[in-house]
Amino acid sequence: MSTRMNTQTIDTSARRVPALGGFNPTMLGIELRRMLRNRRTVIFTLIMPVVLYLIIGTNDTYGTDRAGSGNVSAYILISMAAYGAVLAATSGGAMVASERALGWSRQLRLTPLSPIAYIATKAIVALAFGGLSVAAVNVAGKLNGKAEMSTHVWIEAALIAWLGSVVFGAFGLFMGYLLPSENVMQVLGPVLAGLAALGGLWFPIDASSTMGHISALTPIYGLAQLSRWPLYGGAPHLAWVLNLVVWLAIFVGGAAWRMSKDTARV
Amino acid sequence: MTSSTAETLEPGARRSDPAVSLVGVTKDFGQVHAVRGIDLEIGTGEIVAFLGPNGAGKTTTIDMVLGLSRPTSGDVRVLGLEPRQAIARGLVSAVMQTGGLLKDVTVRETVQYTASLFASAQSVDEVLRRAGIADLADRKVGKCSGGEQQRLRFAMALLPDPALLLLDEPTTGMDVEGRRAFWSAIRADAERGRTVLFATHYLEEADQYADRIVLVRKGRVVADGSGAQIKGLASGRTVRATVTRPDTDALAAIPGVDTVDVRGEAVIVHAKDSDAVARYLLNQTDARDLEIAAKGIEEAFLSLTGDDDEPEGALA
Repeated sequence: MSTRMNTQTIDTSARRVPALGGFNPTMLGIELRRMLRNRRTVIFTLIMPVVLYLIIGTNDTYGTDRAGSGNVSAYILISMAAYGAVLAATSGGAMVASERALGWSRQLRLTPLSPIAYIATKAIVALAFGGLSVAAVNVAGKLNGKAEMSTHVWIEAALIAWLGSVVFGAFGLFMGYLLPSENVMQVLGPVLAGLAALGGLWFPIDASSTMGHISALTPIYGLAQLSRWPLYGGAPHLAWVLNLVVWLAIFVGGAAWRMSKDTARV
Repeated sequence: MTSSTAETLEPGARRSDPAVSLVGVTKDFGQVHAVRGIDLEIGTGEIVAFLGPNGAGKTTTIDMVLGLSRPTSGDVRVLGLEPRQAIARGLVSAVMQTGGLLKDVTVRETVQYTASLFASAQSVDEVLRRAGIADLADRKVGKCSGGEQQRLRFAMALLPDPALLLLDEPTTGMDVEGRRAFWSAIRADAERGRTVLFATHYLEEADQYADRIVLVRKGRVVADGSGAQIKGLASGRTVRATVTRPDTDALAAIPGVDTVDVRGEAVIVHAKDSDAVARYLLNQTDARDLEIAAKGIEEAFLSLTGDDDEPEGALA
């Protein structure tokens, strides 16, 4: 089969399928650059949470009031980092919406890129952006100096907020497949602000109140509670973990369902 | 490693597996029968035009060749492989009418991105040069004209050095100059022996650039032959006359008659033998105001692909 030069045909058996379904660092790099180049995304996911923390979390009362092993500024810092991670991860996942609206997803189907490699790339971009957002709030908080908590709390809370935001990467993907529009974040932004309030990221909600029971069922609740758990110590509540896992399953399932519909129809 | 297999392609190449093979292919969308049964074989190295009016099923058929959709029934093979397998191996590329591009990346980034997805790809600079957009490499895609974006899609399609290139209405929206530039790039490339299948609704475009024209209408192949053969269908004439209660069956039965149209009292007959039609009309009916006119190419095309149910003038 390995006839070379001047043979008249393309040896179809010599052609290979790319490794990992086409997943590769070049594509990942361009995707990350695209997101960093988008001014709206940068303002919305990297700058806004920092500004919110500096406005809400750094007054003198919060510097002296205690929350767990730290102060209230630390509590708000963790909340805003989690909020930023949620926004960034959702934006990353929701990129599929504009790509579908533009027809780029269809263009990609003319290449060997597998849907799983595509989703993996989007998930990594979403997580990378979530990480950047968490880092931005934490660095700003450290420089500002009002937040007080021990180093291991800083690190653990940041890690939990970042990794937990994968739930919202899946949420972004699901919504991206559900709402093919170029500006899906204009819809999701207010929705996330509402969910953040319900989930207890904006202000503490009394767990024994009716509001508290409702809050425990909403998707940001688990992430909010788990992110602040290092500040308070003790064992995490099962309800928090359950909330995170169940919503992750719902969003991943929803995204997979919409995606399979999508590839069947195109 | 075969970093470039272009030199291994030669004009007129034949291999055991045809470039495209459609056997009894149909495609329904709910109640709509977009493709009603197409059998088609395209050998390697052919440049084939898929010619037909909008809604003839051209795009639906191309989508099936690309594995973007599955036929309702029948079998589609590309170089002997399932369409998706051929895509995964970089054996098939396409320039699609609707394939979108990201606006927020540059021309070069778009090509780099696409190149990274194949197991092996031509150099980015090489395909940009061949598509004639090397000087646009650093421009944002959103700032490129329609014709420039189309050449970008062509550059992307060249990356895997495909054995088969599909073009779906590739020059829609281009001006005359853009169209000419695009086709000269395609022609130059096809001389390397690539198989090219393009859909168009311009007879002129099909005649000028294809070795073979496959005429489709309402999801079926109605004619398949060289440009000259297809144009031969235009060799007939049109006979018009005013007739009271014309007998369309008798008219259609006259040898050489392609189509019979009745519009009120007017009868319009397309026929290769216009004399026989005229003789019948004048001798056996009350025909008056009879006119005989040569049938133009566009008219022949319309009569073959029109929306009525006259007999299909299929070639061998």
